[in-house]
Amino acid sequence: MNRLLMRLALLFVSLACLAVPARAALDPALIAGFAGDFGSRVAAIEALGVDGSADARRVLSALEAGNLGVVSERVVITDGDEVMDAASGDKLEMAVTEVDTITLNNRLRRSIATANAAFALFSASPAERLAAATTMRENATETMTPALERALAAEQDEAIRTVLEYALAKINLGSSDTAKRLKAAEALGGSSDPAVKNMLSALLEKTGEGKNAMWVESSAEVRAAAEASIRAIERRISIAQTAGTMFSGLSLGSILLLAALGLAITYGVMGVINMAHGELLMIGAYATFLVQSVFRSHLPAYLDWYVIAAIPVAFFTAALVGVVMERLVLRHLYGRPLESLLATWGLSLILIQAARVTFGPQNLELANPSWMSGGIELAAGVVLPWNRIVIVGFAAFVLVLIWLMMQKTRLGMFVRAVTQNRPMAGCVGVPTARVDTMAFAIGSGVAGLGGLALSQIANVGPAMGQGYIVDAFMVVVLGGVGQLAGAVWAALGLGIFAKFLEGWAGAVIAKILVLVFIIIFIQKRPQGIFAVKGRFADS
Amino acid sequence: MRTPFTVRLFQSMPRTGWIALAVFAAITWIGIPVAHLVLPEGHALHVSAYTLTLLGKILCYMVVAVAMDLIWGYAGILSLGHGLFFALGGYAFGMYLMRQIGRDGSYGSDLPDFMVFLDWKELPWYWAGSDSFLWAAFLAMALPGVVAFIFGWFAFRSRIKGVYFSIITQALTYAAMLYFYRNETGFGGTNGFTNFKRILGYDITAPETRVMLFALSAALLIACLVLGRYLVTSRLGRILTAIRDAESRVMFIGYNPLHYKLFIWTLSAVLCGMAGALYVSQIGVINPSEMSPANSIEIAVWAAVGGRGTLIGAVLGAGIVNLAKSYFTVTVPEYWPFFLGFLFIAVTLYLPDGVVGLWRKLMTRKAGDSAEAAPQPARAAVEGKTGEISDTATKGASA
Repeated sequence: MNRLLMRLALLFVSLACLAVPARAALDPALIAGFAGDFGSRVAAIEALGVDGSADARRVLSALEAGNLGVVSERVVITDGDEVMDAASGDKLEMAVTEVDTITLNNRLRRSIATANAAFALFSASPAERLAAATTMRENATETMTPALERALAAEQDEAIRTVLEYALAKINLGSSDTAKRLKAAEALGGSSDPAVKNMLSALLEKTGEGKNAMWVESSAEVRAAAEASIRAIERRISIAQTAGTMFSGLSLGSILLLAALGLAITYGVMGVINMAHGELLMIGAYATFLVQSVFRSHLPAYLDWYVIAAIPVAFFTAALVGVVMERLVLRHLYGRPLESLLATWGLSLILIQAARVTFGPQNLELANPSWMSGGIELAAGVVLPWNRIVIVGFAAFVLVLIWLMMQKTRLGMFVRAVTQNRPMAGCVGVPTARVDTMAFAIGSGVAGLGGLALSQIANVGPAMGQGYIVDAFMVVVLGGVGQLAGAVWAALGLGIFAKFLEGWAGAVIAKILVLVFIIIFIQKRPQGIFAVKGRFADS
Repeated sequence: MRTPFTVRLFQSMPRTGWIALAVFAAITWIGIPVAHLVLPEGHALHVSAYTLTLLGKILCYMVVAVAMDLIWGYAGILSLGHGLFFALGGYAFGMYLMRQIGRDGSYGSDLPDFMVFLDWKELPWYWAGSDSFLWAAFLAMALPGVVAFIFGWFAFRSRIKGVYFSIITQALTYAAMLYFYRNETGFGGTNGFTNFKRILGYDITAPETRVMLFALSAALLIACLVLGRYLVTSRLGRILTAIRDAESRVMFIGYNPLHYKLFIWTLSAVLCGMAGALYVSQIGVINPSEMSPANSIEIAVWAAVGGRGTLIGAVLGAGIVNLAKSYFTVTVPEYWPFFLGFLFIAVTLYLPDGVVGLWRKLMTRKAGDSAEAAPQPARAAVEGKTGEISDTATKGASA
């Protein structure tokens, strides 16, 4: 009932608005400032922002377009050859050439942006309102208070309300009333925004030199409140950032895991390091690109789902290339691991150059599907992107599949048997040659899936695999050979460790430190995290 | 009674080896300098500055290949990070060359151009002494040596070997490359060191200086070959070979492989550093791309193409591959990676003993045909040896 009444009331109000003649005009006093000096122009713009009426917007947009001018203390708008009074909108009998146009500088432009934001606070779209509120929080001055208060009263959306409250609190921090400042300093403690923190810490500084130094904020009480608020904000920011770092470590770990799983399988089974493993990632990514192109030209309506369709394509393309590699080259290198490094490196050179010649040396453009773009915002500046979340889930899914394959199928049993003791497995009838090929196909296929995942977050180019092969091998070294569990722990651990180090020391130093860590780790545990116990592990 | 050192040194190489070295020395110390300096431009035998630089570069690469062969061919340690030591030597000496530019840089400052560009006011501490030739020459050997010693000590002590060791060396050079790419490290970032003007006060582009550097590179190569030959025929060399073939057994006999491996590993790095210093002086540029893993793995392929464990094979391999590379990259650059890739595969699959192995096989077959001799005992020994290698290698892999 109440709501119905409100709607009726709204209807009447809007009708009333319509009923007012369109040229009912602005109070000329409001815009008289434009005829004055620079400071009064700024004040006039802000006043327009607070006013918020259609006429205020008209005048402001004219100013923005460079059509606002002054003719002997009178503010006018030019439109082609016509000159109109800015306040009333009435046509004036004078030539455009007589008008002294107001030129804009950066200060004025910023004021216009703020005023525009003040208008947008009442927009119908929540996104626009949020953006406007954020702008207000950054730029608003005390004169904007009425507009903000009006907006806050009308606002329903909780997120926008918070931003508006901060904007008001920020204005109040500069107020001359100590009680108002105290309240604002306390209220800002609820934020998790570094910008708010900076605002508060500005209060705790001193101006001037030596004995004449004065606190920016004169009241000790307000300073204490600000300090408490800063601590609260810092705690919240650091928690959010830690979570963010953990997450990016997790997502890096997932990529490493996808790259290393295949390597762990093939190295475990055959004792052959495949230096071309990174190129299998590249092939997976290129396969994804081709699927995207097909969808673009033939099934544009389903473009969002190309990633799903690319899963089998990436897997089987990479697996096929892997089988060819195994049959032609690696098969002949059993028991010669050092030489196999060189031969597979040769393969990787050929594959990279083939990709470069076929697709060109530039990076390919792969678009994230719409359902993978955007993210969850933990705090200001800490966003968990959807594409990374999907990749973490995808890696887990692949891991489960591989685990099931290794533990529950006959092929998996064979693979484990050959990994543990090749001659003995052969003696009891395991077709070791076929197991090798199958294991290599699966390992390569998983690398292809890794490439698919990488294509969603990183650049896709001919040499993209090179950056991951060393890291992936580190995972295998750390996790222990032929150990899925070891690979998982090592990949996630390395990913998270590397990301924390990165935040602390920068990416390059982090890489070097990780390397040093691995060398020291191998000193202690040459068999990896999960050493295989038993005689076959003893060399 | 021990044979005197000089006699042992002389005995370490067959007479044909000494003759070949003498011929090589005559060509590189007299033949090519004369062809470059004396013969006029149009003359059929004239060696242009381009060719001289190319040959000098290849000589430096040959030294690196010999250093690689010492550790891979004789000690069974495959390093995929030797480019790092080469580049470290180059950087250490490049610092001196940068200082020799003096105020002739584009900013006319005492500091190297890139430091002026970064608005640095004074040289970082590690540039101290870089204006001294002797210190630079010492650093070019000591820096790679120290890095190799520390890394090798940790790695060999924990008995990291086989592919593990290879991959970790690769990671090492990769990490170093990333580090040197940064501007604030004081090594010129992406551009590295270049635009050298002088060495020891002489114009670095003058024909006489070029010839001198070329002859020095040849001397270094000869010294490397003699030293290498001496080492591998000495007791130390035999222990190294034993370590390569069956490390555990060597340990059970009572040797500590750590010392032997560490010695040859560090020596190899020092040789690379010296080659790097000469390389920079002749090519006139050093930048972090020299440390890329691809460069290091190419070094391994030089040794493999020539034939491991022969020293002369490494020299041949480096020569063949680099001549092919300069031919390909001039005529059909896009096919060079294909060629190199196929070379990697073909050598490992079909020529495990490289060009030298192929030559020996042909020679023994010829000898066998003419004399209809019984199966060569030497051949049986070689086969037994390769069996050992794969045996230990598989065990290493499963460790």
